[in-house]
Amino acid sequence: MTTGSKHPVIALTRVSKQYGAGDTAVHAVAGVDLVVEHGDYLAVMGASGSGKSTLMHILGLLDEPSRGLYRLDGTDTRRLDERQKSFVRNRKIGFVFQSFNLIPRASALANVELPLAYAGVGRVERRARALAALDRVGLADRVGHLPTELSGGQQQRVAVARAIVTEPVVVLADEPTGALDSHSTAEILDLFDELNASGRTIVIITHEDEVAAHAKREVRMLDGRIESDVRLAPVVGLPPALTAASGVVA
Amino acid sequence: MNAGQTFRFAVSGVTANKLRSALTTLGIMIGVAAVIILVAVGTGSSQAIQDSISRLGSNTLTVSSSQGGTGGRGGGGGFGFARPRAAAGAASGAVSSGTQTRTAKLTLDDAYALTDQTLAPDVQSVAPVVSVQSAVATYEGAKHTIGTFIGTSPSYLSNDNDSVQAGRAFTDDEYSSGRRVALLGPTVAKDLFGGDGLSAVDQDVQFNGVTYTVVGVLTAKGSTGPQDSDDRVIAALPGVQATLSGYGNLSSISVKATSASTVADATSEVQGILNGRHHVTTATADYSVFSSSSILSAVTSSNQTFTVLLASVAAISLLVGGIGVMNIMLVTVTERTREIGIRKAIGASRGTIVSQFLLEAILLSLFGGLMGVAVGLLGSRFTIVGVTPVVAPYSVALAFGVAVTVGLFFGLYPANRAAALRPIDALRYE
Repeated sequence: MTTGSKHPVIALTRVSKQYGAGDTAVHAVAGVDLVVEHGDYLAVMGASGSGKSTLMHILGLLDEPSRGLYRLDGTDTRRLDERQKSFVRNRKIGFVFQSFNLIPRASALANVELPLAYAGVGRVERRARALAALDRVGLADRVGHLPTELSGGQQQRVAVARAIVTEPVVVLADEPTGALDSHSTAEILDLFDELNASGRTIVIITHEDEVAAHAKREVRMLDGRIESDVRLAPVVGLPPALTAASGVVA
Repeated sequence: MNAGQTFRFAVSGVTANKLRSALTTLGIMIGVAAVIILVAVGTGSSQAIQDSISRLGSNTLTVSSSQGGTGGRGGGGGFGFARPRAAAGAASGAVSSGTQTRTAKLTLDDAYALTDQTLAPDVQSVAPVVSVQSAVATYEGAKHTIGTFIGTSPSYLSNDNDSVQAGRAFTDDEYSSGRRVALLGPTVAKDLFGGDGLSAVDQDVQFNGVTYTVVGVLTAKGSTGPQDSDDRVIAALPGVQATLSGYGNLSSISVKATSASTVADATSEVQGILNGRHHVTTATADYSVFSSSSILSAVTSSNQTFTVLLASVAAISLLVGGIGVMNIMLVTVTERTREIGIRKAIGASRGTIVSQFLLEAILLSLFGGLMGVAVGLLGSRFTIVGVTPVVAPYSVALAFGVAVTVGLFFGLYPANRAAALRPIDALRYE
């Protein structure tokens, strides 16, 4: 992952999302300013209804802000049409969902190849890159398995492989450990730590302090606003969990 | 996203629910097969009729009285066709003495008049025909009710494209001398004599109790539809008149033109002669002239109507099959809403989603179409209600093309509905 780009990965300027109108209007996100630099590892915390999921959808171009400006890797997302948004989602964003969201009836390999297929990558290269991504998440021996033949932790690792296979500028993870047991949770968090250590920008939405402790920066939301923004570790360098580990070794 | 990948996605979509896809395919299959088979039946029956008409000979005309009625009392003469001169006076006298309300009477003299080489240069041969209703043939206890019994002259055989497979045709001498000689159709011969019926030659057979000598057995013509054209007897006219039909009017006159190209000329010559003899014009004619080509065109047009009707009924079932495709695609889209959301989240464009679901719909109808063509071609090999179906290539292409188009058309709406889903809504869908 390069940090050669001079733009921040994510730049939100007074972004709001409003559902309904008039008296019944609900401000899910109310004027959020947020800048995420390359290589950062951001945890967005908050209770349900705090607007963190809506924020995630806006960041992932799955939803549009009612007001405000969202620049993704320097691109003003308001100027993108439907087709270009698909393109941006495909090339610049990697999604990891709470419920894995793998395509049923498709093998782990096919699931990981899918974003590359949509990107128009040739068959041979696609396979090679998908296998590399699966190897990266430690599932090299499960490539032919269907999602139903994998454990929750394994499915989520396939989802992570699918998210990183296109080399996106940011990985967006929405409660990635919400459906996992503690052992699998630890595995996935280790995986995110490793990815960030190798330079990948990660934004993770969670309500678990244990998960947030892995991030370099913790943003807490309340009623659609940013309540606190705390830096736990510098943008450049290893994430806190790995720093502690290496510190012990040293 | 290349075409091959889209195709593989579509195939996996279709095969995901095999029973449902098979049932949908079945609807299209039945539609396509129905179109092919029914058009084949229509084509087959019209071809059978065309064949039987062309067996009459393309240059044969049949003159018959407009108001029907054979075996009337008036007119006619007790003379053989070879000696009509002597009968001319009596016969024409009877005709011309008729009142304005007289029914048409075709006489031996009419037939003889048509042989005039000066007035009718395009007429090659003429045969008077008298048919005997409900004649029964018996031979040593065997009994057969004859379908068609006619008395005529030797030239009838060439006019009617008939030939003799055993024995011989009766001669002009036998005709002139009023001998009771007959040719049996294969069905009659087999029924009376057993086996192939060829032993009938030179045997004596009773028709309605009158003894005739069988001189030959006709070659089989085959049956057209419910009618057996081999269930017939052809006998020499003078003998028939003397014993079975009486000396009444002719049923019809068979006329052969010199060639197929002179049929129209021959028709007008025949009309000219008969108009003069019957004192009528072509518009008020009391007889009618049919050529096999005129019958053919009438039959062909009515058959086309019939075929179109059959095809439209079949087309409706094809349409119903198409609605089945649409229904199943809508179910599929609803069922896979979440999958569509996932695909959109990881970068599938609207066009990609449309093409995936559209291709699924087309695959269903394409497969159904192929199966339908196979079943249709197979089904057309069997005889259906007495008709041997003849597969019309256009119907195969049409049915198949329509099936695929139907898939395309009915797949468009579900595919667009899938593509129009907002990824956020699709992902939230449970």
